Amino acid sequence: MKYIPTIGIECHVQLATKTKLFSEVDNDARGKEPNSCVSPVDYALPGMLPRLNGEAVRLAILAGRAMNCKINLESRFDRKHYFYPDSPKGYQITQFYHPIIGAGYVELPSGKRVAIEHAHLEGDAGKLTHFDTYSLVDLNRVDTPLIEIVSMPDIHSAKDAHDYCKELWRLMVYAGVSYGDLYNGNMRFDVNVSIAPEGATELGTRTEVKNLNSFRSVERAAEYEIARQTKLLESGEKIIQETRGWSDATGKTTGQRSKEEAKDYRYMPEPDIPPIRLSSEFVEDESTKLPLMPADYRKKFGGKLAGDTLEVLLDYPELMRKLGEVADEGAVLLSNLFASVLLAEEKSAEYLNDLPSAEDLNELCKMNLDKELSSTATKDVFLHLFDPQMRGRGTRTIAKELGIIQENDMGALEVIVDIVLAKPETAKAQADFKAGEEKVIGFLVGQVMKESHGKANPSAVQEILRKKLS
Amino acid sequence: MKTANKKVTATRLVKDALEKAKHFEDYHIFTFLNEEGALKKAKEIDARIARGEKVGRLAGVPYALKDNFLSPEGETTASAHILEGFTSPVTATAVEKLEAEGAIMIGRTNLDAFAHGSSTENSYYGPTLNSHDRARVAGGSSGGSAVAVALDIVEFATGTDTGGSIRQPASFNGIYGFKPTYGTISRYGVVAMASSLDCIGFFTRTPEDMDLLMSIASGQDPKDMTTLPDYYNEAVASAKLDDSRLAPARPFAFGNSRPKGRALRGSGAHSAPVVADGLEPSNSCTRIGIVKEFDNDSVDTEIREALKEKCELLKSKGHEVVGLEMPTLKYALAAYYIIQPAEVASNLSRHDGIRYGFRSENSTDLDGLYEHTRDEGFMSENKRRIMTGNFVLSSGFYDAYFLKAAKARTLIVQEYEKAFSKCDFILSPVSPNPAFKLGEKVNDPVAMYLEDLMSVSLNLAGVPGLAIPAGKTKAGLPVGLQLVGPRRSDKRLIEFAKELA
Repeated sequence: MKYIPTIGIECHVQLATKTKLFSEVDNDARGKEPNSCVSPVDYALPGMLPRLNGEAVRLAILAGRAMNCKINLESRFDRKHYFYPDSPKGYQITQFYHPIIGAGYVELPSGKRVAIEHAHLEGDAGKLTHFDTYSLVDLNRVDTPLIEIVSMPDIHSAKDAHDYCKELWRLMVYAGVSYGDLYNGNMRFDVNVSIAPEGATELGTRTEVKNLNSFRSVERAAEYEIARQTKLLESGEKIIQETRGWSDATGKTTGQRSKEEAKDYRYMPEPDIPPIRLSSEFVEDESTKLPLMPADYRKKFGGKLAGDTLEVLLDYPELMRKLGEVADEGAVLLSNLFASVLLAEEKSAEYLNDLPSAEDLNELCKMNLDKELSSTATKDVFLHLFDPQMRGRGTRTIAKELGIIQENDMGALEVIVDIVLAKPETAKAQADFKAGEEKVIGFLVGQVMKESHGKANPSAVQEILRKKLS
Repeated sequence: MKTANKKVTATRLVKDALEKAKHFEDYHIFTFLNEEGALKKAKEIDARIARGEKVGRLAGVPYALKDNFLSPEGETTASAHILEGFTSPVTATAVEKLEAEGAIMIGRTNLDAFAHGSSTENSYYGPTLNSHDRARVAGGSSGGSAVAVALDIVEFATGTDTGGSIRQPASFNGIYGFKPTYGTISRYGVVAMASSLDCIGFFTRTPEDMDLLMSIASGQDPKDMTTLPDYYNEAVASAKLDDSRLAPARPFAFGNSRPKGRALRGSGAHSAPVVADGLEPSNSCTRIGIVKEFDNDSVDTEIREALKEKCELLKSKGHEVVGLEMPTLKYALAAYYIIQPAEVASNLSRHDGIRYGFRSENSTDLDGLYEHTRDEGFMSENKRRIMTGNFVLSSGFYDAYFLKAAKARTLIVQEYEKAFSKCDFILSPVSPNPAFKLGEKVNDPVAMYLEDLMSVSLNLAGVPGLAIPAGKTKAGLPVGLQLVGPRRSDKRLIEFAKELA
């Protein structure tokens, strides 16, 4: 029997706000001492009250718009109760009943759409590190603003699960909502997987693989779960609804806790935060701050650039922004330089933060198109545009200093060709070419290039040679 | 309010207060006496007075702080074992405002642990005794604060009122106790009981003192998102904009056929009349509503007598007394004892023994740590409310209990709006009985909850209520009544209380 997998994904996105969701403490705890970014509010002293960070609300609006979602003009907060040392208040402040972001959809590069059920604002939990006989609590991450994005069970393959997560990442980063630093847990995915016989009207029992932090692990975990569940059903066993953990090392999921003993979170309206009421004007104003998104770039460059190059570059919002700034004629050349030259560089990550100006890049493209720079010279100048010693001098100056501007002046080239043809060591080749040996033209071009110290435009040289030897 | 000056120094005032506090030590009023800190502050104020510098409106005035207000002076325990040893690094907004005007905290006062109770018998430190009869309860939960003011130890004391915790002990001790409109005074830095009901307020011996304290402590606080925009000090001017005016004025009067202009009854006898519709200006007549549902045998005869006497007094001063039917109020107690424990259970979740306060030594794992710390740290009334609260919030019960109570609450809000279209203020008893005997109800939670019958509806509706002294019973126990107004009528309400003195 053939089984159809169905996948729904919950994604937690840490918002790039300056301060926390409910206090004025620094939201960026990277590299800081444990428990150093914690205010009495985060630490849940008695009598402390949350103060909602307006920046988080603005970013939520952008995130919602990036996913083509309706923004709810009234939303509220609720308390979700559980006891664990990562939750100082004994509850998480979230939006259970009235989320700020309503239904929408995310379009994958393949054109498939994944519907968004809703997305809501909430505070993150702290971090526990477990040792043999004790555990340490770090509350730096407590109440870092998150949006939790809940998809509909619209995904039917591990590959699409991967693509959906990646597209979400792109949307959040392009919208400026999150830094999208996966290594530091800026985005975390919970993947719900079930399978059902082809044609079945009801979904199968699902399992949830929690806390995945890379697209690859989302894909592998989904693949593993589909295979595991298929095997179970084929051998006549049942699937237990449960939460499972994923190990990158073993490539397996393992059961954690079954949903039967699921906690009762005792949701309650948060009485310390009044409802968020937004005017539609405010939402519209904020939405205009949304920069060009992947879909916009696909529309803009889709006809011009190779599809796979475009998809590679879309993973680098800085490059796409730059590409959007330069003249259209240079887009193809630059996209190739970005994709195959820059990203191959060891220091590419560093370079991304400090790209050359659009003016310099436009000049580079123009010189290439005017044949002043050969493709090798173009790459060379391109890389020098990142050189701290050279950059800032302008593309043409750099090219001149490197001495690699091509000689395109036909008169001047003819003089050099004549010198080469007068040399006795080229006589045999000339004779061979005239006798029909086509490939010796390469040797002759090489001699001219040598004579010109590499500055001659090889195709122009070839043209002159052919004329002279005909 | 007796403030310090060159002759009567702050040091003198503080020393007197501390001396009296010690004299009444066996009343269990204080959980902490701030001798060193208070005298140090008094000296600073005296020095400023001596230098001829400007001092605040409460310069050198000794006050008592209910022990659920956070400040670094003394441990903030909320009279609960689980907060034992907790010294706060932050100061409550209300405390900051009082101290900025020169008020000096001489001690922290006893309460029912976490303000759960109506008698102060639920304190980890034992009950506070009634100022008029040592065999009786002080009322609660702000029992210590009420007795501190009633025994003249301090000029004023702070309190919190979630279902009557200021008004009931005030009436049990014969003083003024005010629960403002919800959101008038910042809750920041006050140990939360039930966040949507909690109000910060005061105990005083005069309405004038109450007005002064309100004008100092009220106001919007960025640290408390539920505070209202400043209104108290502009109250007279904004009377025109009061909520009560939003309801259509109804030319309807009980038992009085005198034709009335559809005038806006603004700010009582002492403010300029406000003209509406170009009709005759309102005279100084104020309409007082009497709730029929509270006038029955379940209320002590002497309290009902006191209410009648005050009505006569008002009529003799030219005010009008009207009967009100408020049938929805019968759901108030039930709704209150669902919403309040739910919020209590939630707010008390943070007391887990991990970051501050008491931690049980009898545990070897995480669940044991929670279990033992909370078992040993909470009083049985705390536990009762945590259990009730978690029950009404449980999945499967939420709709039947919490949601239903929330709907009843909306109806109660509307009931008050309707009532204030027919009258300016409501006068009613605070509690069905005068101070009861120590131990009489402490083991009967339902009897204890019934004490809150007439006080909790104000908290559900968010409206202000002022407990005013109304004489004594034959046995010499104070009787209190409460004057209730529409939201944000706080200043007018306090002003009008002078009419009842």
